Amino acid sequence: MNIHPEKNLSTEKYITASCLISHSIVYLNDKAVFENKADSVSAFLDNAYQHFDLKYPKFYKMDNLSKLGVLGSDIMLKENFIPGKYQPAETGIVLMNASASLDTDIKYYKTVSEIASPALFVYTLPNIVIGEICIRNNFKGENAFFVFKNFDGKFMARYVNNLFDNGVIEACICGWLELIEEKYKLVLLLVEKEKTNQSIVFTEDNINKIYGIDNG
Amino acid sequence: MSDLKKQIIVQLNLKDLKPEDIGDDQPLFVEGLGLDSIDALELIVLLQQEYKIKLSNADDGPKVFQSVRTMAQYIKAHQAQKE
Repeated sequence: MNIHPEKNLSTEKYITASCLISHSIVYLNDKAVFENKADSVSAFLDNAYQHFDLKYPKFYKMDNLSKLGVLGSDIMLKENFIPGKYQPAETGIVLMNASASLDTDIKYYKTVSEIASPALFVYTLPNIVIGEICIRNNFKGENAFFVFKNFDGKFMARYVNNLFDNGVIEACICGWLELIEEKYKLVLLLVEKEKTNQSIVFTEDNINKIYGIDNG
Repeated sequence: MSDLKKQIIVQLNLKDLKPEDIGDDQPLFVEGLGLDSIDALELIVLLQQEYKIKLSNADDGPKVFQSVRTMAQYIKAHQAQKE
């Protein structure tokens, strides 16, 4: 195996921005920035989309998991990420959840008895949300979607650090993106090599602290 | 054609559009409404669900789904055949 020693030196990475969405509240960098008690998760996501004026008509065609991911990444990146700072292939995405795409799988299955919905079928894989975020932002870097019973900050820290340390990526959007029926929780982190005024070190402890901001 | 436009908006989740935003002869794909291949499949579903029309020949697709007017003409022609 051809190992480049200089690429295996682990250095600190930093969480330069975060977004958490759960229980009808959007938190950006630990502060609540939007709250909306909608009747359903669909209505909440559409209301948040309008509130943040995201201007992406394709949003309405997505399933709820992709809507949640695109919404969270857009809110997080809007003021914390300079487009063009990295090459498209240098920004990776690593996500995990517990229910994969089950929410949409069930909705799709219900249509099969009459006419199977092509628009639902295309969202019956959890990693489709990664594709949607990549298309929206022109990211072409390494990506992965893991399905775990619970959020695993230790695994996330190790996996993402490994991508950085092997020179695969220069920036990463990572986190937890769970949605099943009316229950949902998104925790996204922007991880970079350079410190900023508000950044904290990308460690398991700090990941878990951000994950628990909503006490959920 | 207004009803058909409403059905297209609902079927394709074009929530930011109103029926009057869609021109009768406006191309539905690429430079027009910007629909994609999945939308084309959803339009076929719409014909089946709302009008009980099965698009039997895939080669007819580009002609039928050129615009709202060509869709409406196709639906009318099929309904006339049934009567």
